[in-house]
Amino acid sequence: MTQEERHEITLVVNGVARQARVPARRLLSDALRHDLGLTGTHVGCEHGVCGCCTVLLDGEPVRSCLTFAVTVDGRELTTVEGLAGPGGMSPVQRAFAECHGLQCGFCTPGFLCTVTAFLRDNPSPTDDDVIEGISGNLCRCTGYQNIVKAVHRAAELMAEESE
Amino acid sequence: MKPPPFTYHAPLDLGSALDALAGAGARGKVLAGGQSLIPLMNMRLASPSHVIDINRVPGLDTIEDERGGVRVGALARHSRVERSGPAPLRRALKLVAHPVIRNRGTVVGSLVHADPAAELPAVLAVLGGSVRLASLGGVRDVAAADFFVGPLESDLRAGELAVSAFFPGLPPRSGFAIHELARRHGDYALAGVCAVVTLGDDGRIAAARAACIGVAATPQLVELEGGTPAELARAVQERTDPEGDIHASAAYRRHLVGVLAERAFTDAAREAAQ
Ligand SMILES: Cc1cc2nc3c(=O)[nH]c(=O)nc-3n(C[C@H](O)[C@H](O)[C@H](O)COP(=O)(O)OP(=O)(O)OC[C@H]3O[C@@H](n4cnc5c(N)ncnc54)[C@H](O)[C@@H]3O)c2cc1C
Ligand code: FES
Ligand code: FES
Repeated sequence: MTQEERHEITLVVNGVARQARVPARRLLSDALRHDLGLTGTHVGCEHGVCGCCTVLLDGEPVRSCLTFAVTVDGRELTTVEGLAGPGGMSPVQRAFAECHGLQCGFCTPGFLCTVTAFLRDNPSPTDDDVIEGISGNLCRCTGYQNIVKAVHRAAELMAEESE
Repeated sequence: MKPPPFTYHAPLDLGSALDALAGAGARGKVLAGGQSLIPLMNMRLASPSHVIDINRVPGLDTIEDERGGVRVGALARHSRVERSGPAPLRRALKLVAHPVIRNRGTVVGSLVHADPAAELPAVLAVLGGSVRLASLGGVRDVAAADFFVGPLESDLRAGELAVSAFFPGLPPRSGFAIHELARRHGDYALAGVCAVVTLGDDGRIAAARAACIGVAATPQLVELEGGTPAELARAVQERTDPEGDIHASAAYRRHLVGVLAERAFTDAAREAAQ
């Protein structure tokens, strides 16, 4: 087979412009993990069901396994590695730790990205809102109860800190 | 679970997109939200030699009022239409996948994908809408009744781009409802019913339409005259002949169609009376 054509792309990941040369078929999840070495984004199913590859594209959560890296050339991405601020873990990360919202942690990067965007759009959610908000993320360990608690706790922390 | 190689086209305007599609012919596929195409490619169920990515084409991310309804452009994503589209689409979209999938998936992509278990083709069918297809040869509008040809098969021809879809508004004294049953919230439905009813001067249902989801190869449209929701639901059930699969038996789907149709007609009539 002839050499597959490669495309020069720039992804602004967690505020840093990063270049990569990738074939068009490179999934964004693989570009992040293999080309850029950011292995915090996890890959479970590669067909959109499990949610653990969720990252923020210009602030909106999307499935990185259902996005070609070439499609998002030039765009801004936030991965789990970029959620913590200079002062330490983000309120969502702290709430997950505090409420035992994780066990093995495989699903956690996807939940953290999803919940970060969810609480930005809906800072004081009801239980139903939370369940709808995380409905596209699967967790094999926790049974979800502590994740739901963590989302409410994160909302509280964010409200306290914005006062 | 990795997609096969393809030649990538990223046109910056509609003309170049149509050129690329014409060049690729039957071996080309449009990439919109990618929420159906990329899973199929990851599983190697689809292997287009050319992928024409329309995400950079300007002018397609539109939701516009047009005489008698609303026109939704090819890059209007589910999430945006869910916030600012017409009411029937807003309600149906709450049943489509999960919020994160809806951030990328497009309404027009869902119509072209033509999954028999998808909600939006049934909404287009029950409202009597159409899809606008453009190619180097010109533009044509195809009515929903002709657009959905078979499971995962629409009337889109090689070289064509679906630029928009038109969703007509409801006539006066009419209401819309959609009900479905899925194993898990956000999954494709085992069965579903979209209904539109119009009330007569006496306040009773004078005309009713239902488009059934997941019971036939395409959204099955049933048009009826007046009756109570229960009578109409029975008529819909009599006219549908769903098949069984690993998700549900034929008998169970048939039962569901009756129950869901009655709920949908009841709710649509209530809305029409308001
Ligand atoms: C986990 C998961 C759950 C889902 N659940 C549901 C559900 O419950 N109900 C539901 O309806 N859908 C569901 N979907 C599918 C989702 O709604 C898709 O976004 C939608 O079906 C396709 O839209 P898209 O823009 O992503 O299209 P793409 O994936 O980009 O394209 C799909 C097909 O349409 C063609 N196409 C797309 N746009 C055009 C165009 N403008 N012109 C010509 N051809 C075009 C492509 O070539 C391809 O063949 C689900 C998806 C996932 C991953
Ligand atoms: S790996 Fe992307 S959704 Fe499962
Ligand atoms: S913590 Fe193990 S999958 Fe969620």
